Amino acid sequence: MIRVQGVGKSFGEKKVLHGIDAAFDAGAVNFIIGRSGSGKSVLTKCMVGLLEVDGGTVHFGSDDFTAMRFKEREVVRRRIGMLFQGGALFDSMTVLENVEFPLRMFSEMDADERMERAMECLRRVELEGAEHRFPAEISGGMQKRVALARAIVGRPKYLFCDEPNSGLDPQTAIVIDNLIRDLTQEYGTTTVVISHDMNSVIEIGDNIHFLHNGRVAWCGDRSEILNSGVEVLDSFVYASDLMRDIRTKLQGK
Amino acid sequence: MGLLFHIGRYFAFMGSALRRPQRARVFFQSTLVELEAIGVQSVGIVALLSLFMGAVIAIQTAHQVSGWIPAYTVGFTVRQTMILEFAPTIIPVILSGKVGSNIASQIGTMQVTEQIDALEVMGVRSISYLVLPKLFAALLIFPFLVVISMVLGIGAGAWVCNTADLSSFADYKYGIQMDFSAFDVTYALIKTCVFSLIITSVSAYHGFYTAGGAREVGRSSTKAVVYSVVIVMVANLVITQLLLT
Repeated sequence: MIRVQGVGKSFGEKKVLHGIDAAFDAGAVNFIIGRSGSGKSVLTKCMVGLLEVDGGTVHFGSDDFTAMRFKEREVVRRRIGMLFQGGALFDSMTVLENVEFPLRMFSEMDADERMERAMECLRRVELEGAEHRFPAEISGGMQKRVALARAIVGRPKYLFCDEPNSGLDPQTAIVIDNLIRDLTQEYGTTTVVISHDMNSVIEIGDNIHFLHNGRVAWCGDRSEILNSGVEVLDSFVYASDLMRDIRTKLQGK
Repeated sequence: MGLLFHIGRYFAFMGSALRRPQRARVFFQSTLVELEAIGVQSVGIVALLSLFMGAVIAIQTAHQVSGWIPAYTVGFTVRQTMILEFAPTIIPVILSGKVGSNIASQIGTMQVTEQIDALEVMGVRSISYLVLPKLFAALLIFPFLVVISMVLGIGAGAWVCNTADLSSFADYKYGIQMDFSAFDVTYALIKTCVFSLIITSVSAYHGFYTAGGAREVGRSSTKAVVYSVVIVMVANLVITQLLLT
């Protein structure tokens, strides 16, 4: 479980996060949604320590991450897997080397064991056969799957996914969504997904936090999000014609 | 204020870069890769430039001194120019264009595509992981490149003197042996080591603090070369003053 309490963050005069409180459950897919500029990415970066918080705490289990020194954070970070928006694969390494990298840095496995584990993860994301290709030689969807394989190779307790579906076609997006849900259940990870893709939210979101102007404006599950009664959330959820049609049909029943 | 900020941040950056590697095996493997990228891939350009420079210095000296200064002066001048300045200073300046821009654009691209964030989130000390092998490789390989440059430049001078009948080989040989001081080579290699660290660290610094997109990567690459060259020139003056006077 990850707990965020009173997290604030400013950039100069601009206050981006206003005392965020949120809890992200283990074994569940937790979504942080909101419009562009609402503070989703900043909150995530604060949670994994890529940005320092101005105030508040972030707890990974019982460990207060924000109070930790650099070396202590390194230990927690080895339990974190992260899928970045653009994949963030190391372009000088092959697919296999990318997936193997965390093991090469932090495990005591020998080369054969590392290779076996990396191949297991590649098979899990259905990328067997692509292991000797470079990131530039594979499609965006495949890059996301490689990044997911790299994120889970160390059997993380916490999985962060930043806009996992951005730039993907709807079918590939569903493949990625299903992988995230299945891996969360398989490994029992606390998964945090940052997205503004309502399809994904409805499809796999167990807990949903809606951010608006740097504050948690709503929190609930996917069964509640369509009838939240919160104006800013409704205008976000029903921004597209498709979603408005769904609402009309639901109301007609 | 801006200059002080950069100086402070540069030294903090170097403090992180010089930390003990997290995995010795990974560090040595990365260093081997960098030796190839920084050193082996630069041999061609270093050899080419040194051959032409040695030949040109020989022709120019012969042209200037012909008839009124002994012919061995050609060999002497080529030796002194190659050992004292061309090989240890101009070759690193040229390499700052090749190696420095390469380092800045590589690390800058990693920064803007979140690869460095990915390293950090994994628990990898990104600055040490990325920069230390480059510093180490440059420190090892630059002196070799500079010695190659010295030898080829002096050799090219001999070849052109002989071919163009500027001076006899005996005169040239006498010139390159005359008043030879081994300390000149030591001085050149000390300079080279300092310059190799300046070029790699300044370039890595500019690459690491790239923010934005492709345009900023290009800017960082340019800044890396410009600042490296300027700092190398200042360091050249300081080291020369300290060691030769």
